[in-house]
Amino acid sequence: MAAKNLPPVWNKIAKHAMMPETNHDERARYNFLASLNKHLAHVSQGNKMAYEKRVEPAFKAKNGRDIASVEELQEAISKDAHYQIWSSLRRSTMEMRQQAGRSIVLRQAEELRDKAEEFNKGKSTLVLDPNCKVPEYLLAVDNHLMPGSYHTELIEGDVTPAANYDSGIFVTTAGLLGRYNDGGGKAITSWVKKTYPDFAPKRILDIGCGMGHNVLPIAKAFPNAEVIAIDTGAPMLRYAHARALDLGITNVTFMQMDAAKTIFENESFDWIQSTMFFHETGGKSIYTIMEEVYRLLKPGGLTLHIEQPQYTEDMSLFEKFIRDWDALNNSEPYWSKMHDIEPIDLMQASGFRKEDFMQIGAKAENDLDDGTQKADEPEDHGRSPIWNVFGAIKN
Amino acid sequence: MIDHIKLASSKSKGKRPYFHEDPAVERVLNITMAIAGELAVMRERMDTIERLLEKKGLVSQEEIDNYVPESKEEETQRQEWHSEYISRVLRIVQQEMEELENPDKSIADIANDIDKM
Repeated sequence: MAAKNLPPVWNKIAKHAMMPETNHDERARYNFLASLNKHLAHVSQGNKMAYEKRVEPAFKAKNGRDIASVEELQEAISKDAHYQIWSSLRRSTMEMRQQAGRSIVLRQAEELRDKAEEFNKGKSTLVLDPNCKVPEYLLAVDNHLMPGSYHTELIEGDVTPAANYDSGIFVTTAGLLGRYNDGGGKAITSWVKKTYPDFAPKRILDIGCGMGHNVLPIAKAFPNAEVIAIDTGAPMLRYAHARALDLGITNVTFMQMDAAKTIFENESFDWIQSTMFFHETGGKSIYTIMEEVYRLLKPGGLTLHIEQPQYTEDMSLFEKFIRDWDALNNSEPYWSKMHDIEPIDLMQASGFRKEDFMQIGAKAENDLDDGTQKADEPEDHGRSPIWNVFGAIKN
Repeated sequence: MIDHIKLASSKSKGKRPYFHEDPAVERVLNITMAIAGELAVMRERMDTIERLLEKKGLVSQEEIDNYVPESKEEETQRQEWHSEYISRVLRIVQQEMEELENPDKSIADIANDIDKM
């Protein structure tokens, strides 16, 4: 009998021309890390036990009252042996995942660059802007412990940050985003098609597109639409454009641009989408970007943003704390602050009307059929593809 | 040419969090987990070799799984390997016991001793 809920082997990932070459041991290393991630999601369940059985009672005995804040909880649990070993193993696993991915892509940096150039040269659908500044919030941190983040170029024309991301996200999520890592884009496309069957957007904008994995299902579903995907990281865009072309998607133009100040005209898009983008921005930029979304959206246009689950009032201190663990220890720091902003307030502050606000839950659509979608797995906070989607129709 | 080996192991921005009172625990844990990973990689490679041997009709997996030493010499060689391997892995425990048995001076003290020799 096979053990249940095994992560898919890495070679199930969809191959395309830009996917880095891997040898036997590199794939085995990814397989080990996917299993380790999955295992630690189970170990994580011990944190709640340790909290309820040891940490809380000890705090109460000492202070004569309950733990009153996430900060107090953090202080108290940080002394707990189970929390310590889970935390250090999880941190170590994430560092190993980066090391494993970078050891694959950096050894073939030039070959990957050349492959991308082969696809990209002379194409009007890739528009890089050497004057585009990487926003401060991206320079301040290497999100999810990715050394050099999305923008650093180790060689001229580098695409390795994207190749590392593409090959490794399958490991971090244990394949839960599907073979093309596009479960988010697929889910939102299906929702839009189902909810607005007559919606026929002519112009679609994807902001913070990264390696373009989530914009492709949208572009594919609306083949007659002009799709523009923007990001500030040139390595991501080079890779995204080459990847899209190899996968046969030709209606996306990838442009290097800051979402806070785009070059587009007022009211020029029918749909503006972002996927797991805002939690990697900053406290001021998030408003500037949403104001820009409002400016660019046509009246009657749709905007949707896939994000991490919201904190709710009935959420326990422990759940808030454990949901924030990745934000601080997997270096996605703005995510811990974004919880303080209600999406409805963000959208209203940017010009949208309260009555036009919408919020839905979404789950990744996964094309893998080997037990990766089972519901009886513990939720791996910060990893599970269970999201909050907020947005509005502009009126 | 970039130094791909060094760069692959680069640190990301921000002070690294440590979760144990003594950072040494975490340091050792990280090294241990990296080795655990490499052992898993090696195990997968062995699995590949076994399957290829079977597919080419050279050796079956069943033969491998059912294999037991066929002579006293083989038995000894295998058990010796285990013994040496465990001793190598648990070296520090043995050395701490030796120190417990024969409390030692620090090397600095020995240096001072030798200085007088």
